[in-house]
Amino acid sequence: MSKQMKSTIAYTLLILGSVIMIFPFVWMVSTSLKTALDVYTLSIFPENPTFGNYLRIFQDTLFGKWFINSIIIAVVTTLSVAFFDTLVGYIIAKFKFIGKTIIFIAILSTLMVPTEMLIIPWYLMSSQFGWVDNYWGLLFPGLMTGFGVFLMKQFMEGIPDDLLDAARVDGLGEFKIFWKIAIPQVWPAISALCIFTFLSNWNAFLWPLIVLESAEIFTLPVGLSFFASGEFESQWELIMAGATITALPLILVFFLLQRHIIKGITLTGLK
Amino acid sequence: MAETTTTTTSQPLKPKPKKRKSRLTLKQSKYLFVYSCLLLPLIFYITIRFYPTLYTFNIGFREWNILSPEKPFVGMENYVALAQDPVFRKSLWNTLIFIVFGVSGQVVIGLAIALLLQRINKFVGVFRVIYFIPYVTSIVAVSWVFRWLFMNNGIINEFLVNIGIPPQLFLNSPDQAIYIIIGTMVWQALGFQMVIFLAGLENIPKMFYEAAEVDGANSWHKFKSVTLPLLNPTIVFSVVIGSINFIQVSFTQVVNMSVNAAGGPLHSTITIVVYIYQLAFRQYSMGLASAATVILFLIVLAITIFQMKVLSRKFDY
Amino acid sequence: MKKRFLHVLVLALILLLAACGGDSDTGGDSGTSDNGGDSSSGEGTSDGESAGEGEIVEIEYWQYHFDSKVKLIDELIEEFEEANPGIKVKHTTFPYDQYNERVAAQVPAGRGPDVINLFYGWVPRYVDSGYLQPLPQDAFPHDEIESEFFPMVEAVKLDGEYWTIPTAVRTLALFYNKDLFAEAGLDPDSPPTTWDELVEYSIALTKRDNNNRLQQAGMAWEPSQQGHHWFRDALLYQAGGQGLSDDRKTILWDSTPAGLEAFKYWLDFPTTHGVAERDFYTDDVTAFRTGHAAMNVDGSFRIGTLQNDAPNFEWATAPLPMKDHRSTQSSFWSNGITSGVEGAKLDAAVKFLQFLTTDEVMERWLDEIGELPAKESVALQDKYLNHEIYGAFMEQLPYANAHFFVDESQERDLVIQAVDRVLLQNVSPEEAFEELVEETQKLFDNYWANR
Repeated sequence: MSKQMKSTIAYTLLILGSVIMIFPFVWMVSTSLKTALDVYTLSIFPENPTFGNYLRIFQDTLFGKWFINSIIIAVVTTLSVAFFDTLVGYIIAKFKFIGKTIIFIAILSTLMVPTEMLIIPWYLMSSQFGWVDNYWGLLFPGLMTGFGVFLMKQFMEGIPDDLLDAARVDGLGEFKIFWKIAIPQVWPAISALCIFTFLSNWNAFLWPLIVLESAEIFTLPVGLSFFASGEFESQWELIMAGATITALPLILVFFLLQRHIIKGITLTGLK
Repeated sequence: MAETTTTTTSQPLKPKPKKRKSRLTLKQSKYLFVYSCLLLPLIFYITIRFYPTLYTFNIGFREWNILSPEKPFVGMENYVALAQDPVFRKSLWNTLIFIVFGVSGQVVIGLAIALLLQRINKFVGVFRVIYFIPYVTSIVAVSWVFRWLFMNNGIINEFLVNIGIPPQLFLNSPDQAIYIIIGTMVWQALGFQMVIFLAGLENIPKMFYEAAEVDGANSWHKFKSVTLPLLNPTIVFSVVIGSINFIQVSFTQVVNMSVNAAGGPLHSTITIVVYIYQLAFRQYSMGLASAATVILFLIVLAITIFQMKVLSRKFDY
Repeated sequence: MKKRFLHVLVLALILLLAACGGDSDTGGDSGTSDNGGDSSSGEGTSDGESAGEGEIVEIEYWQYHFDSKVKLIDELIEEFEEANPGIKVKHTTFPYDQYNERVAAQVPAGRGPDVINLFYGWVPRYVDSGYLQPLPQDAFPHDEIESEFFPMVEAVKLDGEYWTIPTAVRTLALFYNKDLFAEAGLDPDSPPTTWDELVEYSIALTKRDNNNRLQQAGMAWEPSQQGHHWFRDALLYQAGGQGLSDDRKTILWDSTPAGLEAFKYWLDFPTTHGVAERDFYTDDVTAFRTGHAAMNVDGSFRIGTLQNDAPNFEWATAPLPMKDHRSTQSSFWSNGITSGVEGAKLDAAVKFLQFLTTDEVMERWLDEIGELPAKESVALQDKYLNHEIYGAFMEQLPYANAHFFVDESQERDLVIQAVDRVLLQNVSPEEAFEELVEETQKLFDNYWANR
């Protein structure tokens, strides 16, 4: 098979796949542009397109505040996770020390308990320490994640030991080795970690809902959850508008970060 | 390496103990670095993660309906009750199906997409965004769309009838519903797997491929002898995290897609997490829910360790 | 070496600062973190100078979030505070879906409301765990409740005490699409009134396409929505069946043939008559709203949405078609006082509850929210009974039943399961019904054993 043909096949497959991938999203956006009456007409192109649902969200809610709160939470947790998880992952991957396996398994095991079951003890803590209804209460559970440690450990293991030892010989301090040598090697993984952390904190719902009380400090998903559903039914056009607004910043963040899933500096001077 | 250290020390007076000492310092400084870096994370994990988890485990041995101030100790009663509970057993079985089909599906297709994306040079960014979009689309919104597609008189049945196949029950069928839900979950997780694999592929030094090409390897050969082994840490990660995520995420998906919003029909789509949730917040049996959490924890831990043992291969650089 | 620690230290400091910063926020916030109702009421108390002389008692009220309810309660709180200087009511709401989680998280932490709005089916559990205190009998005498309120309110009478009291209730009735009636040659002004008529009508209203696939359902049918209520509290009694024994310990559905008869009648819509399908246009409400189902059994709570959405057809409501007896299902949300409340707070809470159950508030509740007054004298006024839409719901109130749930979600699931057994696993209705009675009885046995 020629190279040309291979890439034609690749494009064809990717384009076919794209349709499946994007279709529900398109439907979601299209529904968000419909009036309540048209929601169930199910056509992809709204008959009477309207921005009314978005306008309602902007006007009837504290959208601006919630948006900023969500950004703050997502950015702070992403920075914290990116730093600490990378560091811990590096240490577990590249050092031998007592308790290493146990620490790793223990950290990983934190992923195995459903968040729903941690809400009560977290809330007890928050209530005791005065974290209810403030930023700290909102973000403390997500400052470090087993997910990130595991991801970074896997990628750090790929760095040749010789590279690090060579740096030690050159007299570089341990932190400098981590910062200057190791990190550039796993830049793609760090970018991926940032994407996922940002995303999961942006979408975080249950814990924020439980710990927050005042509308001013709500995050976007929490605020919007008050908006369109009730005991018996949901206003889908509003839910879809809310979901679209929530998703758009994520697509932007992904679009900006995905370029970095390419090694930053090629430091493969080894071998 | 040890020699390098000695040669740099410039005091010849007592060479032997000095040598040992400077060696220790290197080791010590490593240890110091390791533990000082681990200090904050350990404090975090112990207080924010382990302590609450132990709290939950403790409740597993108690009877507690959340509202009452008393939590009498009941020993293994909750575990016995769960062992006799057919719904719980069903949820265990379903969880297994979720993992087996869901994880293999998303890892294989995710890897395929990442490989395809590596082959093209134009519109790479656009395709990445498109394939990532399901991952950022709200599960609630997606579930609504899929329910319309799969309903009795929906588009998919319309299509089946037109080509002469009888309409299917899909989400209403105790045999089909779970696979449809798994399918949507795989669909949604592909963006995640794609990013992980893209990062993993990027981590493979190009020179290995070049070396293989020099040896005259074809594409399949390169994939088998370079990509797969060097991608092993990524694959391990994908499988392990995929399994764990699948167990957790199944909650929202099942609640939004199953016909009775609780793992129906006939408990055919209920997973452990959904059941834990129902026990805790619908029936207020925190004791049972906590005991189920412990069982879930042990199962996932076992699966994880098994996966890591079986899948991890040491690759020699 | 030192430098790298500096990095870590600085980061740790930042985190700590964030923590402290957060802390000081709470200090400022927690006192004032209320909803709109309170901030506007601030004005109310400040001009009623008398607030200065006594202690201000603040009580917290919880309900789930529903726009019109939140708005009305905010207004009512404002009026209540004006009339009762010295009492402040903090109004907190949560999304309906997460109501239980929120309660579950806050109660163990010793936070929580003084007055809480609960679905009547949840009340037994709250009573059992000692979360509620009985309504004081001097303020809410039993003979008064029993003579003024509709009998269904007895569902929240446990151990000889009333634990909560509703402002409003809802019932089920038949919604029908007048346009489709006319199209099928039926008189849009004479809806079906008996079981047999309902079947006849739904057959006349059903359309199938060339492939024999349902195109228009004569009857919307969804056990997971109101369907299980329709069976349990309406059809069963209509056929002459019985619900629970007087001591509420025994399920009597199978004590007469009526129970099975009702179950079969209900199941015949999708099976024998083929006039309904589950999951048709995703659910009954959507099917009716989009004009794909001609009739539906639904609650008074649906009126608001149908009016807002203004579907492009004429619709009307009618009392549920009956057999030998009349019956409909009713349910309600009701307010209770939590157990720790005492002294001045208790007085304030009682006053607030009395205010929420006045005739005037009940009338406003109907106007603003569309839920039916819980008191007979208010509901059965001519202006309501003759109302073209509410009338059907009102006139059924005197004979409406509210099943005593020991576990609302599990009892619902059992009915759905019985339906699934018949529709999906070809189990005979007799067997499925027997299982349903048995399994439900088990839930009751379990409940009573643990009391």
